[in-house]
Amino acid sequence: MQIKENLKEYDVIIVGSGAGGGMASKILSEAGLKIAIVEAGPFYDPANPDQMTQMKWAYDSPRRGAGTTRPFGDFDQAYGGWDIEGEPYSQKGDTEFRWFRSRMLGGRTNHWGRISLRFGPEDFKKKSIDGLGEDWPIGYDDIKPYYDKVDKLIGVFGSKENLYNDPDGFFLPPPKPRLHELFYIKGARKSSVKVMPSRLSVLTKRINNERGVCFYCRQCARSCSVYADFSSGSCLIFPAQDNGGQIDLYVNSMVRTVTTNEEGKATGVSFINKEDRTEYKLKAKVVVLAASACSSARILLNSKSKQHPNGLGNSSDVVGKYLHDSTGGGRMAFLPELVNRKIYNEDGVGGMHVYSPWWLDNKNLNFPRGYHIEVWGGMGSPSYGSGFNVNDLNKFFGIKVGGYGDMLRTDMRKYYGTVLGMDGRGESIAMESNYCEIDPDKVDEFGVPILRFNYKWSNHEVNQAKHMQDTFEEIIHNMGGIALGDKPGKDRNYGLTKPGEIIHEVGTTRMGSDPKTSVVNEFEQLHDVSNVFVVDAGPFVSQADKNPTWTIMALAWRTSDYIVDQFKKQNF
Amino acid sequence: MNRRDSLKSLVFGSIGVGVLLEGCVSGVDSETVANSLKKFNYGRTPEEKEYDKLLFSKKCFTNNQMKLISEISNLILPPNEFGSINDAEVPELIEFMAKDIPSYEAPLKDGLASLNQHSNKKFKKVFVDCDENQQKSILDLMAYPDPNLSSSEQTDDIKWFTLFRNLTMTGYYTSKVGIKELGYKGNTPNVWDGVPQDVLDQYGLSYDQDWLAKCVDQTKRNDVAEWDDQGNLVT
Repeated sequence: MQIKENLKEYDVIIVGSGAGGGMASKILSEAGLKIAIVEAGPFYDPANPDQMTQMKWAYDSPRRGAGTTRPFGDFDQAYGGWDIEGEPYSQKGDTEFRWFRSRMLGGRTNHWGRISLRFGPEDFKKKSIDGLGEDWPIGYDDIKPYYDKVDKLIGVFGSKENLYNDPDGFFLPPPKPRLHELFYIKGARKSSVKVMPSRLSVLTKRINNERGVCFYCRQCARSCSVYADFSSGSCLIFPAQDNGGQIDLYVNSMVRTVTTNEEGKATGVSFINKEDRTEYKLKAKVVVLAASACSSARILLNSKSKQHPNGLGNSSDVVGKYLHDSTGGGRMAFLPELVNRKIYNEDGVGGMHVYSPWWLDNKNLNFPRGYHIEVWGGMGSPSYGSGFNVNDLNKFFGIKVGGYGDMLRTDMRKYYGTVLGMDGRGESIAMESNYCEIDPDKVDEFGVPILRFNYKWSNHEVNQAKHMQDTFEEIIHNMGGIALGDKPGKDRNYGLTKPGEIIHEVGTTRMGSDPKTSVVNEFEQLHDVSNVFVVDAGPFVSQADKNPTWTIMALAWRTSDYIVDQFKKQNF
Repeated sequence: MNRRDSLKSLVFGSIGVGVLLEGCVSGVDSETVANSLKKFNYGRTPEEKEYDKLLFSKKCFTNNQMKLISEISNLILPPNEFGSINDAEVPELIEFMAKDIPSYEAPLKDGLASLNQHSNKKFKKVFVDCDENQQKSILDLMAYPDPNLSSSEQTDDIKWFTLFRNLTMTGYYTSKVGIKELGYKGNTPNVWDGVPQDVLDQYGLSYDQDWLAKCVDQTKRNDVAEWDDQGNLVT
């Protein structure tokens, strides 16, 4: 294959444009460095009317929003999904790992749940508490100033609660709870489950004069056209460009390897332009990987050379290992009290207004790590699936299910907005035996060797899932609700989601002070190669029950400050 | 090959159309296809647009089958002052879904055929030629699932009717007229400021004062946020 070389040399090449890549782009470009962002998907701007789905109605789609082409429905802003044509991944043994990729500028930040939780002091030192996994080489005090800066730059609503392991930040005020959330509060409190305002990166109040304020359409998953929620493009990359940052965007460009020289230092990246299917080379003094934990691991493992025969940064043989996702479990409930409820606009923000942080001490439980509870429900916008099994709930009143005619209208109205759901999201233990590696036999459509996953939950996670289900049932009872569906038992791992399904896969290039047991140091710099950094969730040693995005950005900012400092000291 | 692979391959042209749309035929003129593409403006990528175009250019049901679909949908939800199944474009949706979710196609067609078999046997005519009472007497055979059986254990007729009713209901209530009838009030810029007082009263609920004190003061939503060093909002 012909390889085209670009003669321009950048200070930094950033691979990927999600949370980590966006933050690195902003901080590094504003420090005056010349940046190239290499993104595997197309350009995307939530304000572009040709790409926008916000404020569309179900009937604007010929499938009324069904999830046939986009897994979370037609209006969800993720280009990609669990399976991408031409870019497969494989499984080892009976592993069922699910890998969600979004190929577009901003990546998965365009559709994510905006749940923006800081890790607490204990979350960095779990091994010291329960002997499992590994401690981070840094603690809360190292990252706190960066969490503070992220809060102020990007905006997150929440409330001061003075909880030791759920630290407060610089919050915008939260929205008032919706009706079903008041029911949840009542039920949860009876079970002594703490409930508090949720913490989401949605602007309930103006944060600067460039971004708009939330107008409560509940559609954050569609990426906000007035930039009132956090997406990497709208909140980091575009503002960096507007501030005069020297950023060249290479879109539809799949990075294959990090290139290295005789001394083993990185010289740039090679990538395949998806449009002309030609391989290009870009040069830079520093390479920052932000392709997502598994994609960055894949690039490193595929970057083999004489100097790095086991893949770049992999002298420890740890790249790809300690892969871990959040656990998940859920249950739905019918609230008979809400039958024929008054209809008013309760869209609110995209996602919950209230949630339950982990409220127990694992010392007294048969599983080592906690989970939080998310809650959903209410009178949502009708979309494909609304009206399915319209009167199944009749069975709780001893009335016939099914039928046809005007009675169905009455049933539709009667049950609208009467169902509530709870989802547990928990911490799993990072294990060496859960990993991604290069499949020795398969390549993608560009000829690049693909990833193969090997992953099994342990009893730690299964026992936690059982606890979730018991808790959900108790809260439902306390709300005066009726639990729907069967309670998943042992045969179904108590409803524990498949690994990868919560889309919080982290840990594949873990951080540590010992180069033999970790891939990067506390500044997310490869132990083996000083001019390569990883700023996605790969460096996570553990991930608490806190969604990873806020920590990705705080660490990426800290790393970017370090890179700027190293440039000043002329160390690159 | 899973379904996603097959449809994606289709978009990229490497696999025959037969994999996806077994019983569907080409036969929609290019002007109609172009109009359909223009009608549905919902932020598609070029690949997604190609896929929609492909589906619009195929016909899954004959004119007679479409007539029958419209007839049954109208029995499931008869027209009222808000509008009708046809205003809601329910038959068009059912046709589209039979192409978009290929596993729907065969059961839908089998169910339509079965309906005519019942009417022929009982009344010696096709379903659309039966009067309303005759039609309802046939639907009664399949409209009520046996509550003691799981959904997979129901008869084929009942399974089909459940699918058909689901598509009809979702088609109607996701349409302009159906959303209006349901009374959904959102998908419009607004300022959420809590559950209306009369609704709180109805359920004997109230907001905690402590909780409310933390919540957004919507009169100051446009003032740029500033904090003191302890993270207290001062604007």
